[in-house]
Amino acid sequence: MSLDLFFQYLFAGITYGSIYAIVAIGFNIIYNATGIINFAQGEFVMLGGMISISLLQFMPLPLAIAGAVVITMGIGALIEILFIRWLESPSVLRLIIITIGISILLRELALHVWGESIRSLPYFYGNEITTFSLGSVHLSPQVMWVITACAVMVGGLNVFFKGTPIGREMRACAANRTAAMLCGINTRNMVTLSFMLSAGIGALAGCVMSPITYTQYDSGASLAIKGFTVAILGGLGNSMAAVAAGILLGILEAFSVSVVPLAFQDAISIAILLLILFVKPHGLFGSSEAARLKDF
Amino acid sequence: MKRRKNLAIAALCLAAVCVHLLTLLTGTQFYLTQATMAAYYGLVIIGLGALMGYAGQISIGHAGFFAIGGYLAASLTTRNLAVFQETWPLRGLDALNMLKTGQDLSGDLLLTVSPWAACGIAVTTAALIALVIGIPVLKLKGHYLAMATLGFGTIIYRILLASPYFGEADGISEVPGFTLLPAMGTLGPIVVSGDAGLRVVNYYLAWGVLIVGTLLLLNLIGSRVGRALRSLHSSEEAAEAAGIDTSRFKLQVFVLSAVYAAIAGVLLTHFNGGIGPSEASVMKSVRYVALVAVGGMTNLWGTLLMGVGLTFLSLRGVFGTYDDAVFGMILIFVMLFAPEGILSLRLKLFFQKIFLGARS
Amino acid sequence: MNKRVQHYLGGCVTGVLLLAASLQTAQAGTVKVGAIFAVTGPASFLGGPEARSAEMVVEKINKAGGINGNTIELIVKDSAGSSEKAVSFAKQLIEEDKVVAIIGPSTSGESMAVKKIAEEGKTLLISCAAAEVIVDPVASYVFKTPQKDSFAAQKIFEEMQRLKISTIAIAAGNDGFGKAGKEQLEKMAPTFGIKVAASETYDSKATDLSALVAKLKADPAIGAVINWSVVPAQAIIAKNMRQAGWNVPLFQSHGFGNIKYAEAAGAAAEGIIFPCGRLLIVDSLADNNPQKGLLIQYKSEYEAKYKEDASAFGGYAFDAINMVVAAIKKAGNDRAKVRDAVEGLTKFPGVGGIFSFTPQDHNGLDIDSFAMLTVKDGKFIPYKGQ
Repeated sequence: MSLDLFFQYLFAGITYGSIYAIVAIGFNIIYNATGIINFAQGEFVMLGGMISISLLQFMPLPLAIAGAVVITMGIGALIEILFIRWLESPSVLRLIIITIGISILLRELALHVWGESIRSLPYFYGNEITTFSLGSVHLSPQVMWVITACAVMVGGLNVFFKGTPIGREMRACAANRTAAMLCGINTRNMVTLSFMLSAGIGALAGCVMSPITYTQYDSGASLAIKGFTVAILGGLGNSMAAVAAGILLGILEAFSVSVVPLAFQDAISIAILLLILFVKPHGLFGSSEAARLKDF
Repeated sequence: MKRRKNLAIAALCLAAVCVHLLTLLTGTQFYLTQATMAAYYGLVIIGLGALMGYAGQISIGHAGFFAIGGYLAASLTTRNLAVFQETWPLRGLDALNMLKTGQDLSGDLLLTVSPWAACGIAVTTAALIALVIGIPVLKLKGHYLAMATLGFGTIIYRILLASPYFGEADGISEVPGFTLLPAMGTLGPIVVSGDAGLRVVNYYLAWGVLIVGTLLLLNLIGSRVGRALRSLHSSEEAAEAAGIDTSRFKLQVFVLSAVYAAIAGVLLTHFNGGIGPSEASVMKSVRYVALVAVGGMTNLWGTLLMGVGLTFLSLRGVFGTYDDAVFGMILIFVMLFAPEGILSLRLKLFFQKIFLGARS
Repeated sequence: MNKRVQHYLGGCVTGVLLLAASLQTAQAGTVKVGAIFAVTGPASFLGGPEARSAEMVVEKINKAGGINGNTIELIVKDSAGSSEKAVSFAKQLIEEDKVVAIIGPSTSGESMAVKKIAEEGKTLLISCAAAEVIVDPVASYVFKTPQKDSFAAQKIFEEMQRLKISTIAIAAGNDGFGKAGKEQLEKMAPTFGIKVAASETYDSKATDLSALVAKLKADPAIGAVINWSVVPAQAIIAKNMRQAGWNVPLFQSHGFGNIKYAEAAGAAAEGIIFPCGRLLIVDSLADNNPQKGLLIQYKSEYEAKYKEDASAFGGYAFDAINMVVAAIKKAGNDRAKVRDAVEGLTKFPGVGGIFSFTPQDHNGLDIDSFAMLTVKDGKFIPYKGQ
């Protein structure tokens, strides 16, 4: 393999990886606050894309994206209040199934609202064929937007969770709900907040990736599976690890193209993931002690 | 307790006969087609129910086992093996009288595996795969277990979708019927196939398989192993402390549920005359999990009734383009208001009286 | 009516259904036509426009008084692209609803799964899926409306010969459409003296294909790429090729015949060459073209009713329902006679082309049903070579 080709695969892998990572981060926020995986996370990504595309007819792009993020955050909050908030100590399995149900509902709703055809936001900078070159490798500027968004999110979340009172309360709530409540933290509001936050992040992800991947009513499910995979591979709850795992999976997929038929790409990359999981049952960067506290 | 169980099984048999008679009286026998299909899906669902409810293990990959059964049965009974005629596996099969010869469209030799042998190979393969992946997978917990089973299902789906041998996106069609018993005396042959003339036979066959499957599971649940299983669901640590080899039990139930799924896959494929990749998709696995949840995880009868009932309605297209939406709604509703399954609502008392045998 | 009520009671179906039953007024003069389309699920971009087109036609005919005074009842079943549902629905439509004909299914896999059922049930089936195996070997009750893949492949290869391209790469989606096309391309390439250097299948839900493009681009011999799919990924591959600075000609299949894909690929769609029916270039047709009036009618009616661009996919169902209607007009409410009437259709103008069926040919279209199109300034225009 020539050096050229190597770098082309590498950058393709980074493109895939940053898309997976940006979805995985949303999983981690809710997991951190509640200990559950929200299977409707992919639908937040789809909603973000769809709403911003619809808003774009009435306002400029930055406003449309902001509007989509706010509206999706509202939807996230609404979902939490309607379906999760009032449950008395629900089991994790029950919550998983509820979120699967919500994901199905949101998808079908989107089908009947927006129809089945594909849509996309315009490229933020340039158009479909604009690229800049790194040596012999060409890269779309939109990929840079995705990577930047990813970095900003991880950085912002780190500051939020470690540096702000609300962030610390959320973490406390995740570590031990009862103890957090005894300390005077309104744990229910924290859960609502975590849903809003992850919905907003999902929506933002949906906007920045829309020019690359397009948005369709059912694009959420496959993204969610990849995002979930990446979140697990990194070790649940750790956003930095999710980014690392996302890029790893992306690169794995990109390079696998050179040796196996593309059709088997997913089978191969997931088989490798499973092997990793068997050797390190709590993800690449997760600690077994921490994970033991949260199992259902 | 045992008598109640037998009573319940008898009631189920009676219900199956009554449904047939009812359709006969009203001239609506075409309902039996979907009732047959739903019964096979019911077999997958009760197997998964035992795994989720009694062994406490989630599996978002059971459509994979169904597909292994269905696809192997379909490919072995349709793909021409004439070019491999002289290789040792085929000679072995031939020696066991497990090959079927015929002519293809252009009159050349068509060599396929007989349905019985194909069924055996398919179910054994599914069991072996369940055994091999079950050992590492069942060591995982919680979301990691969900991920691993989801991953397994995805791998199977991808392989089927990428392999020309399995028909890629088109799947396999023109699968022949499966002659279980040849014609004897005045009795017609028992063939698993979608022919309109064999509808009633197939209906009873499917329900027979489902009832036998239920009976076996009920026995398992009532046995010492079953009590161990139930303790697994409530507390694995406690079960281990009581000297129960939990990992072995989990593995046994996992393999058993995989075998159920594979058998359902084989039979339904012969009944439908084909199979497509949608049978292996993640959505299908999620659907099985959801149906188990709707029925109530530690309630075999609830799982059976809801699984068969909802699948029947879905196969008839009652919900139109809202099929998935209705399904999602039921899922949320049941999980919000009746997490023990829909039968735990006001019907509970009524059903408990009749079906107490199935409950703890 | 009585019988219908019994059906529903027997099934213990929900109140929703009972409501639907009470709304249906099954009077004597009703002809039932079944439809199986993947309105939801992974093939919804086929099934959606197909179902809408068929419903539009039926609505219009019923408004105008039906066929010979009989109204048509179109029973649309959503298979979500899964063959087991298609099988169940086909049996239901044939045995229970006693339809005179079925249009659909949308995908090749489903069509193959129900082929035998239609044949045994002696009910006309007009498939809207592309694969040639649906009508080859010919089954007496099974027809299909989309143009043959082999004609599309031939058109593309002829153009390649003209452009003196000798080595190509094939990329296809992992759906039934992609599979059937890929098989035809691989089979026919040698007869045109064209070498297939690489042949890859990508996931229908692929989000980016730059790794595939990098792999193909690394082989300097490849002079053109043929992409064959119906999914959004066909716009993605166009973008990724141009982004990689790879400017070999990109050929697409008739699955590209939806302006949405050209819009999605934007600047990267410029210069894509693909064979397609004439619906997309109706404005540039000569006035004496026998298809022109019909194409304008379909396009304007569809776009007025559904506020979205008409695509070749909807046209498949439009043709299928029109054939059934024409056959019912001639033969009445009788399955065997309707089948014979469809087989007897000659010079029947449709969106896909001019259909002339024979007992040996249940597709009825010739290679002229395709025109070569290209994209210029975001619009489809006839391709005139360079």
